[in-house]
Amino acid sequence: MPVRFEVNGKNVEVEVEPRLTLADCLRHNLRLTGTHVGCEHGVCGACTVIVDGAAVRACLMLAVQAENTKVVTVEGLSRDDGLTPLQASFRKHHALQCGFCTPGMITTAHALLSEEPDADAERVREVLSGNLCRCTGYVSIVEAVLDARAAYRKREGTAP
Amino acid sequence: MKLPNFEYAAPSSLAEAVALLASGGGEAKPIAGGQSLVPMLAFRLAAPTLLVDLRRIPDLDRISVTAGGVRLGAMVRWRDITDDPRLTTAHPLLKSAVAHVAHYQVRNRGTVGGSLAHADPAAELPAIALTCEADIAAAGPSGTRGIAAADFFLGALTTALAPDEIIIEVRLPPWPPARRWGFEEFARRRGDFAMAGAALFYDEDASGKATNAHVGVLGVGDRPLRLAEVEAVLNGHVIDETTIARAQKAASASVEPADDIHASAAYRRALVGTMVERALGSACTRARASHAGPV
Repeated sequence: MPVRFEVNGKNVEVEVEPRLTLADCLRHNLRLTGTHVGCEHGVCGACTVIVDGAAVRACLMLAVQAENTKVVTVEGLSRDDGLTPLQASFRKHHALQCGFCTPGMITTAHALLSEEPDADAERVREVLSGNLCRCTGYVSIVEAVLDARAAYRKREGTAP
Repeated sequence: MKLPNFEYAAPSSLAEAVALLASGGGEAKPIAGGQSLVPMLAFRLAAPTLLVDLRRIPDLDRISVTAGGVRLGAMVRWRDITDDPRLTTAHPLLKSAVAHVAHYQVRNRGTVGGSLAHADPAAELPAIALTCEADIAAAGPSGTRGIAAADFFLGALTTALAPDEIIIEVRLPPWPPARRWGFEEFARRRGDFAMAGAALFYDEDASGKATNAHVGVLGVGDRPLRLAEVEAVLNGHVIDETTIARAQKAASASVEPADDIHASAAYRRALVGTMVERALGSACTRARASHAGPV
């Protein structure tokens, strides 16, 4: 069935089977392979995307349920002229090794800091507990997110 | 795993949704946030032929707070509850319990109706509904009926809902401001289903003794349970160390958990006592803090 929504600021229309998850739709139909699929049952957080401002697990949402929503993927949180403050902070703090979980970490952190630019370390840890990383031990990721808060306070949490 | 095949409809009225479910011959299922149902599909624990999405049906996402209590529409999400400042006083036990539900991303989509209909024995909202004697309103082909939470949960992932009924609302009775309450659960990892938990409240009479004690536990049976034996230990007594110790013992003695891969029966039995002890402890701590007044 046809479904229309917005991805990273562009309107898209795709023809999908109802059983297709939003994660697979983004990767296979729209070729946005930045969204990673790990567990496919809502545990690992790698597929996190932002739907109407809220971080959600794209493997637990059907593509047809995205109708008329605004979806932001990790591709939508980058820019051509350099690193965003969040990306720069991940680089500075060595917040990734293999990088598989990173798109989910970035989308989750962006959604969090957009709404709560003053989130404290406990809140950041609580929120990131829904995203598994098997490389870093999380410490560097938490530090990167905390360090990126200043940029979101300045921008009042709108831009990446 | 990829999801099994199914048909999909997103009707814009409740009547249409009920009719679609009725047409499914027991093989159709409603979907709200999908945070329980989609994993069930991925694991092939459910394979409905038709999913009826409730997202276009109006007015199911409201939280109402009145003298008659708190009403949560079926499409209210966990984050709507934790973000609602009214519930801090209108139903602190509910708000505290919901803060334990799953993770950030799941709380952005998971719904009240979905959790009740899924009926996981370790889920928070079913335990709150049971403990608070909530009424669950469901719409079906012959109209709307209210089902007492005590009659709603029949076993693991099993409820009194007919295949063509849709939860529309859960109604929690009014919450007196002076009520004492506590919620505790324990999971190895934050956001996982708890191995055991306790939701409880009591009121105090003029002499400071507990009355109207309600004690519910989760994760230690095939559904949430009320523990009448523990309530009897509390009622008529001041909630002090001695009473709490007796309640802890009574809680462990009155459940029959099973062994599973997450915990042994003996561990869950001990843990549920500890959860009751801690929940009563936090009820007392808050009571002392409120008696002391603002500092």
